[in-house]
Amino acid sequence: MDRSSRSRRIAPVVAAAAAAALVLAGCSSSSGGKDSEEDGTDASAGKASTPQMTVALVTHQAPGDTFWDIVRKGAQAAADKDNVKLIYSADPNAGNQATLVENAIAQKVDGIAITLAKPDAMKDAVAKATAAGIPVVGLNSGLSDWQSLGLQQFFGQDETVAGEAFGKKLNELGSKKAVCVIQEQGNVGLTQRCDGVKKTFTGTVEVLNVNGTDMPSVKSTITAKLNQDKAIDYVVTLGASYALTAVQSVSDAGSKAKVATFDLNKEMTDAITKGDVQFAVDQQPYLQGYLAVDGLWLFKNNGNYSGGGEQPVLTGPAFVDKSNVKEIAAFAAKGTR
Amino acid sequence: MSMSQTTAPAASSSPPAPPATQKDGRTSQRSLGRRLLARPEVGALIAAIGVYLFFFAVAPSFRETSALATVLYQASVMGIMALPVALLMIGGEFDLSAGVAVTTSALTAAILSFQLSMNVWTGVIVALVVSLAVGAFNGWLLIKTGLPSFLVTLGSFLILQGANLAVTKIFTGNVASDSISDMDGFDQAKSVFASEFSIGDVNFKITIVYWLVFAAIATWILLRTKFGNWIFAVGGSQDSARAVGVPVKFTKIALFMGVGAGAWFVGMHLLFSFNTVQSGEGVGNEFLYIIAAVIGGCLLTGGYGSAVGPVIGAFIFGMVSQGIVYANWNPDWFKAFLGVMLLVAALVNLWVRRQATRR
Repeated sequence: MDRSSRSRRIAPVVAAAAAAALVLAGCSSSSGGKDSEEDGTDASAGKASTPQMTVALVTHQAPGDTFWDIVRKGAQAAADKDNVKLIYSADPNAGNQATLVENAIAQKVDGIAITLAKPDAMKDAVAKATAAGIPVVGLNSGLSDWQSLGLQQFFGQDETVAGEAFGKKLNELGSKKAVCVIQEQGNVGLTQRCDGVKKTFTGTVEVLNVNGTDMPSVKSTITAKLNQDKAIDYVVTLGASYALTAVQSVSDAGSKAKVATFDLNKEMTDAITKGDVQFAVDQQPYLQGYLAVDGLWLFKNNGNYSGGGEQPVLTGPAFVDKSNVKEIAAFAAKGTR
Repeated sequence: MSMSQTTAPAASSSPPAPPATQKDGRTSQRSLGRRLLARPEVGALIAAIGVYLFFFAVAPSFRETSALATVLYQASVMGIMALPVALLMIGGEFDLSAGVAVTTSALTAAILSFQLSMNVWTGVIVALVVSLAVGAFNGWLLIKTGLPSFLVTLGSFLILQGANLAVTKIFTGNVASDSISDMDGFDQAKSVFASEFSIGDVNFKITIVYWLVFAAIATWILLRTKFGNWIFAVGGSQDSARAVGVPVKFTKIALFMGVGAGAWFVGMHLLFSFNTVQSGEGVGNEFLYIIAAVIGGCLLTGGYGSAVGPVIGAFIFGMVSQGIVYANWNPDWFKAFLGVMLLVAALVNLWVRRQATRR
């Protein structure tokens, strides 16, 4: 290549970099941003002196899901405290998740924590782990199947129970007609939540499926539903980020409907404080991750069974509304609630 | 739009070639109706009218103007991306990274502004540079390696998907960007990218206006400029195009950068209307853009299509997906209804084109 062509190629890059540097130097924001975010000090409480053990946490997380990030943070916190080396892996496809469990068995870990989004697919992998003498605990999903699969402990929320509690709360608030927004059609846990709401709610509930990976489409679909049925007075979303979008849909549709949701995130606490969202049902994902790792550690070092080996340890439903949002806001801001 | 004799493959006219315009003296002028029907977007237009009338008949709340505003909003966000994707398809290439590129752009702007506590416009401009660079990289890699664009952009799709997640995690410690709604310049940027205006008592989103303006610009480029001819030429037959002096490399890289620019614009809209961006968003949308272009009459093989087509394609998609809700059909069947309606729209489109080109 001759020199002229090379310099021609470099020129735009240099120009872009220069432009970027100029803008970077130019203007800074006087409000918001990292500068104004206070450094939350992490809760750390020493470290156990027990010999190091390895725990594999295998979930059905889809990449980039806030919820699972919090589970993982909880698990990591417990691991740091208990002198545990945590191996995290995840795949939303049940078959692949089972392979990840076998991978953990091959690594000869000291304990495995898994989610049972599709229990049947995990059966063989769990049996292999048990045969290899590795204790397996469950978390999050699989409340009705963990015992039959031979898991020794389970930490999670009964989605149906959570849905039922949600329905009762709607009754208290005087709702007559609600729409339950499912962001991932065919997901068992999400369907159970809506079914639970249906069971206890004295008004009517309709289900609305939306495309969860495309926010503008979520927004317009909820708007459309509110236009179509003016009697709807509550929008129930099954994930925090969808609740915030639903708030926009309600105002777009000029509807009087209120918004309530399952699960929490950072922005949700603001929305509840402001009254945009009435309440959120939290299943405490941090606790699920934390307890699962801690449960395995306790079993290894002291032979304990959380839940006595018979009952699951329930982490939800915990209601967050205007009355208690203040206490939770600080933790949510750190991304751990 | 004036008839510029269906510009189709202008410079090239060798292989797969045009269904329309066989003007070698064997046929005299065809009737105006026939020529109208031969435009790539006419089939889609007929399908769109059909879909509209259908939902108008079955869904009472679909008849309100506010419903139209909702449909147009969804169509516009999808349609703005469908435009550069359609141009790229006419130029004979695919971009599978288009869906996540939108998220990349929004994340870049959000994270940069937040981490450096800068005016949000800084993030907006840097995001534009990044988006154009991603497009240029796709184009450059395609030209350099000679691999099919399907493969090249599948690679960048996966790279961007992973990078979106990992980079967000590194900087924010979470999987979503921090909210920038209280930062300097946010309101200003919001008024540019995500404002509303009302006609009567119905609110319309500003993206609808941008969508139509961009479509007009794209149409002008395609039908009235030299670059437009180059697009048809490289999509029709790359080798013949090169032989007659069309700058193939430049054209293709520019088209990929056009997709980058579209991703930037839509990314900014997402960021300023929703304040934060989840790093996993956008996956799968690349196919919706391609679907809009194909319903709008662009050929998957390249060399044929229009900029008005994807506008109508996105409008059909918006109407069908919202119409099902307005009609209050059983939501379990949602995807199935969507599939059937899209297939029907595509078939009508095909049928019209066959009618038009039959001699």
